[in-house]
Amino acid sequence: MVAEELKVIAAEEHEVRAKTTACINVCGAAGCKSFGSDALHKALVEAVAAQGFGRESCIIRKVGCLGLCGAGPLVSGEPGGVLYQRVTPADAGEIVAALDGPPVDRIRLDTAMPFFARQQRIVLENSGRIDPERMEDYIAFDGYSALAHVLSEAEPAHVIAEVHKSGLRGRGGAGYPTGLKWGTVSKAAGSPKMVVCNADEGDPGAFMDRSVLESDPHRVLEGMAIAAYAVGANEGYIYVRAEYPLAVDRLKTAIRQAERHGLLGNNICGSNFNFRVHIRLGAGAFVCGEETALIASIEGKRGTPRPRPPYPAESGLWNHPTLINNVETYANVPPIIRNGGDWFARIGTERSKGTKVFALAGAIQNAGLIEVPMGIRLREIIFEIGGGIPGGKNFKAVQTGGPSGGCIPAEFLDTAVDYETLTKLGSIMGSGGMIVMDETSSMVDVASYFMEFCMTESCGKCIPCRAGTAQMHELLGRFKSRCATQRDLALLESLCDLVRNTSLCGLGQSAPNPVTSTLRYFRPEYEAAMTSEGGL
Amino acid sequence: MFAYFTKNDPPSDDKRWKIIAATMRKLGNERYALIETLHSLQQAFGYLDRPGLEYIAASLKIPLSQVFGVATFYNHFTMKPQGRHACVVCLGTACYIKGAAGILKSIEGARGLHPGETTADGGLSLLTARCFGACGLAPVAVLDGDVIGRVTPELLEQRLKEAVERGR
Repeated sequence: MVAEELKVIAAEEHEVRAKTTACINVCGAAGCKSFGSDALHKALVEAVAAQGFGRESCIIRKVGCLGLCGAGPLVSGEPGGVLYQRVTPADAGEIVAALDGPPVDRIRLDTAMPFFARQQRIVLENSGRIDPERMEDYIAFDGYSALAHVLSEAEPAHVIAEVHKSGLRGRGGAGYPTGLKWGTVSKAAGSPKMVVCNADEGDPGAFMDRSVLESDPHRVLEGMAIAAYAVGANEGYIYVRAEYPLAVDRLKTAIRQAERHGLLGNNICGSNFNFRVHIRLGAGAFVCGEETALIASIEGKRGTPRPRPPYPAESGLWNHPTLINNVETYANVPPIIRNGGDWFARIGTERSKGTKVFALAGAIQNAGLIEVPMGIRLREIIFEIGGGIPGGKNFKAVQTGGPSGGCIPAEFLDTAVDYETLTKLGSIMGSGGMIVMDETSSMVDVASYFMEFCMTESCGKCIPCRAGTAQMHELLGRFKSRCATQRDLALLESLCDLVRNTSLCGLGQSAPNPVTSTLRYFRPEYEAAMTSEGGL
Repeated sequence: MFAYFTKNDPPSDDKRWKIIAATMRKLGNERYALIETLHSLQQAFGYLDRPGLEYIAASLKIPLSQVFGVATFYNHFTMKPQGRHACVVCLGTACYIKGAAGILKSIEGARGLHPGETTADGGLSLLTARCFGACGLAPVAVLDGDVIGRVTPELLEQRLKEAVERGR
């Protein structure tokens, strides 16, 4: 397929869309699916048939995530852009009848509310707008045009320069400049080269990657193909969690469609560039999010990390130079190529460009998926977009970055979110999970919860992590049962230091974060949990 | 020399072994096919048993110890047969904050079942998971593949009863 053919498909799609007088979008992502959006979809189809709308004039589409997962199942109607929440099959008739009349106020969601109005969507621009199982939908919204463009008009070096100019940084958590990484892999000696997509979203409380893969899988494939062209690779692997069956299915469908249309495979878009994508299922090991462990797992081995250097960019999968990026990073690539690096660099802060997708969950009114520009304040995310804490309770802390991150207390709510500020606060950006806690949460319990997680997920290869996390968990247990002493506290602090500085990989190095951050901001809770004798 | 290197016939004439053989063949019977093959074995039989692991070890020419190492390393793989119904309670952060521990306790209380165990009649297995990525619906449990959002002890008990009765 060449650029002209893409334009023809897009034009045809737009023609069909222009002809339709009404359109109902039902969320088909995992969250709403669990609330019965499949039955709802069926009920809507039946209602349309019963009320006499012809097939051409009303389309009912199963779309990707509409964002506000806590209020699912969600349905949006066009024209008018009405959004309905907690819809049941019984509401189907009313919704269809309301297509050419006033909306159903009973279940209507205000789309002007800050949750929707304050977002800026780049990665999620197609979520809730296209049917993820139809490639034509993606193409209609400029899909694959960036790939066709670079293949016909740009040298690989120019692609890398554009990504570099955009200032895009790795969205998996560490924030390594993407352009720099691509440059290193392209210059690395050795062939063939490999491109890997890290979709092993192991942080509990994070579901951005799942949502992107379920809502817009072609975007990730296009990003990977552009990356492969830029670094000179012909093979790609997506390492995705087995816990995300829907995402895996949709990826498989997308790969098949793209291959059939010559957008993956040999001679892509009529050029001499070949790129094939394979899916590898994870098997439930948190440590496999670490790049060298992930590589070991793709090779069919135990997912244990190895020391770096050599970095995967020089010697990765089967010892070939390997580019590893996160799902969200790849998803940012097509719009950067389409609109230019300068456009992207204008969004965000000085050192963190673009937008970030966050998964809001926990004690929060509007739980769901949001995409906001970097530099937004935590207060805006939690109290405006998130709608604050339910049940009249008070905000206590927000946990970012999963088990590798930390808890940020109320006094830092006015911090502008970017990679550096979160690190300075003792947390990390991480992949984007944001768990809000209210006054009822005990910080010692939270620290112990994460330590238990790291202890069980430690692969056992290096001693500081294997033994250190177990020791720290036991010490935290003493605080939980209120029999800790001053000495335990001192030991806990020194262990944090030891494990951070001597562990082999990111899992161990960041495992103390939940403890150090809660010790820093909520020390009185630890002190209150010590035995009254105060023995040494 | 090594017994498991020589015999690579399927452990029985069960047709499901053909699926596993096909998975290995698709990946060229290479060593890196191991994890995909274990997925396939678990999907077909519900768990990984020793004859299955021996068969895979022989077919992919990997020492059985390494196959065992991989099978036990990943949480997703289980070497115990599962009940007819499986209830998985999510213990991710969002679910934890929203009271997942209480849900687990209520099942333990009502059915005397601890995580990782199966009832004596093989009817129900109780498992826990790290995170299903359905945090917007926390707390979450998954019963036979169906996600139940905003779950309460009462709701879960009711769904469990329905499932177990249907399964009889």
